[in-house]
Amino acid sequence: MSVRIYVPQDAIALSLGAGAVAKAIVAEAERRGVQIQLVRNGSRGVFSLEPLVEVETAGGRVAYGPVKARDIPGLFDAGFLDGGKHALGHGLTAEIPYLKQQERLTFARVGITDPLSLDDYLAHEGYRGLKNALALSGAEIVQAVTDSGLRGRGGAAFPAGIKWKTVHATESAQKYIVCNADEGDSGTFSDRMIMEGDPFVLIEGMTIAGMAVGATQGYIYLRCEYPHAHRTLNAAIAAAYESKHLGADVLGSGRRFDLEVRLGAGAYICGEETSLLESLEGKRGQIRPKPPLPAIKGLFGQPTVINNVITFASVPIVMDRGAAFYKEYGTGRSRGTLPFQLTGNIKHGGLVEKAFGITLRELLYDYGGGSYSGRPIRAVQVGGPLGAYIPAAQFDAPMDYEEFAKIGGMVGHGGIVVFDDTVDMAAQARYAMEFCATESCGKCTPCRIGSTRGVEVIDRLVAGQQPVKQEAVLRDLCETMTHGSLCALGGLTPSPVLSALNHFPEDFKRPRVVAAA
Amino acid sequence: MKGQVQEQPLRPMPAARPLAAAERAKVLEVIVRLRALPGALLPVLHGVQDALGYVPPGAVTLIASELNLTRAEVHGVITFYHYFRSTKPGKQVLQLCRAEACQSLGATALEAHVKQKLGVDFHGTTADGRYTLEPVYCLGNCACGPSLMLDGELHGRVDAESFDELVGGAS
Repeated sequence: MSVRIYVPQDAIALSLGAGAVAKAIVAEAERRGVQIQLVRNGSRGVFSLEPLVEVETAGGRVAYGPVKARDIPGLFDAGFLDGGKHALGHGLTAEIPYLKQQERLTFARVGITDPLSLDDYLAHEGYRGLKNALALSGAEIVQAVTDSGLRGRGGAAFPAGIKWKTVHATESAQKYIVCNADEGDSGTFSDRMIMEGDPFVLIEGMTIAGMAVGATQGYIYLRCEYPHAHRTLNAAIAAAYESKHLGADVLGSGRRFDLEVRLGAGAYICGEETSLLESLEGKRGQIRPKPPLPAIKGLFGQPTVINNVITFASVPIVMDRGAAFYKEYGTGRSRGTLPFQLTGNIKHGGLVEKAFGITLRELLYDYGGGSYSGRPIRAVQVGGPLGAYIPAAQFDAPMDYEEFAKIGGMVGHGGIVVFDDTVDMAAQARYAMEFCATESCGKCTPCRIGSTRGVEVIDRLVAGQQPVKQEAVLRDLCETMTHGSLCALGGLTPSPVLSALNHFPEDFKRPRVVAAA
Repeated sequence: MKGQVQEQPLRPMPAARPLAAAERAKVLEVIVRLRALPGALLPVLHGVQDALGYVPPGAVTLIASELNLTRAEVHGVITFYHYFRSTKPGKQVLQLCRAEACQSLGATALEAHVKQKLGVDFHGTTADGRYTLEPVYCLGNCACGPSLMLDGELHGRVDAESFDELVGGAS
């Protein structure tokens, strides 16, 4: 009987050497004449253990990590094919506290199944949501999504059901479903992990959206920095067509849904929904003023549901287990779970899916184990490059859209970037302006010009040239950008800048250090 | 860089030379294959860059006329997106992450080392034509930075030493 061994194919695992590990396992098994079955799964999301090798035993899957190619002969010697003891062993994967304490709804299958095996997907409750949805009217599906309390996971947290309802109610011969997979925020990778680790759940979620609003064409707008996800999605879409889960007659319902992946081209602004639509139409990714809303006039002028990857990927479980089940999780108006991403200078970086309401401190210390460098954590940036820097004094804030906004923060897409006490917050503030200048689409003046002026003002402030005056100018500039920009790029860039200035003013008043060379 | 605004690199499009016959054939093949797609311009530009490594300025007129667009529209799209390039890259493209999560783990120091080691700035190609260095804002490997991507291969936890190992004897 051949032993089943799992080695992740996820980009993160590959970046740490999973490819070489997989090769070494195959070679060593051959050398020893042992029959194995190698499965390239997604990542479990505990990156301090990647590459994580799992062996299926009678008692469950046993974990070893982080494994390097040179560890393989030793693992065979230790009898890891029977779950034998080894210095890299962690016992049963399901019992690893980091994983055991999570509430994985959207990520239920990631790391467990073979991402490209439709049989595996079906065996793990896949496509049950779509089957339920096909028995309902469009309005009933929209109602279920509304009742679940699911809000847009891309960052803006707009209720998904309301968006869908608008598209459902707008008459048109052609409607579109567009998935925003332009995950450009630093400190985020949950979209990528779903696309690489469980692509069918995204395809199923988009198909359900198509059935709900009467759209027959879907597009996944994927950033070109994700070549692994591109390959996986295309292979999964081909398999879904093959098995009639996509195409002219979805599961024999007589209803059509087609799906295609389109690549972005390295423009951060295309994560903004109207820029993304422009880009999909083959144009420069400049934002469109709203109204009209994309739900009424979106892609090619037609009613369009545009949601983030995690939003769509959360729909199948809502339609499978019911809105009430999903709504049980969470707190206040933030229902369900969010896959938080612990990143940057953190000891145990990874993906932690928990119900809303968990605090930053629990995430940073109970899961993250403190900083990677071992130094005190000084600041965390939550919600991407446009999110505020949060000082240690506010780590007890609950991660809930409304509660977190009260401290000036933004939960956003759930990305948390950790900085230790060596961080120069004035440099981070400057970077925020510089990033905005690089990525501005140029449509509106506060963003296009304000960001460049912002870099200059911060430089003068840090250099100590009339600091009181510069600070006043900077605050005034931030106010102009906040209220005068057309979209969130210019409108929220002041958030990291001002939070750095307000919480860490000492960094802006350092005597100027002249670089040695 | 402190104390002055970092100049946004101006990358004027090089003068358009007529396409060589082989290049022209490749561009046409891409156009014929993709032109029927709604919003075909980005897929076509990706196709051309995949085939040739860049979008030659000489291809702009051809793409524009075949897709029924103006040259200005095509030029505008090529120059809007960081990913499309108008000059031939080195043998391998090295994308170095500049975003916050990588910064928190020393990306700024790594960036200085990489530039010094390769002897080029961002968008530059090494003298031996082996590497083109590009900045990138997030590779989605934010818990295992600093990160870089070499010809589509992602590398995490990169430091000066492992970088030198990766590029071997290049200088």
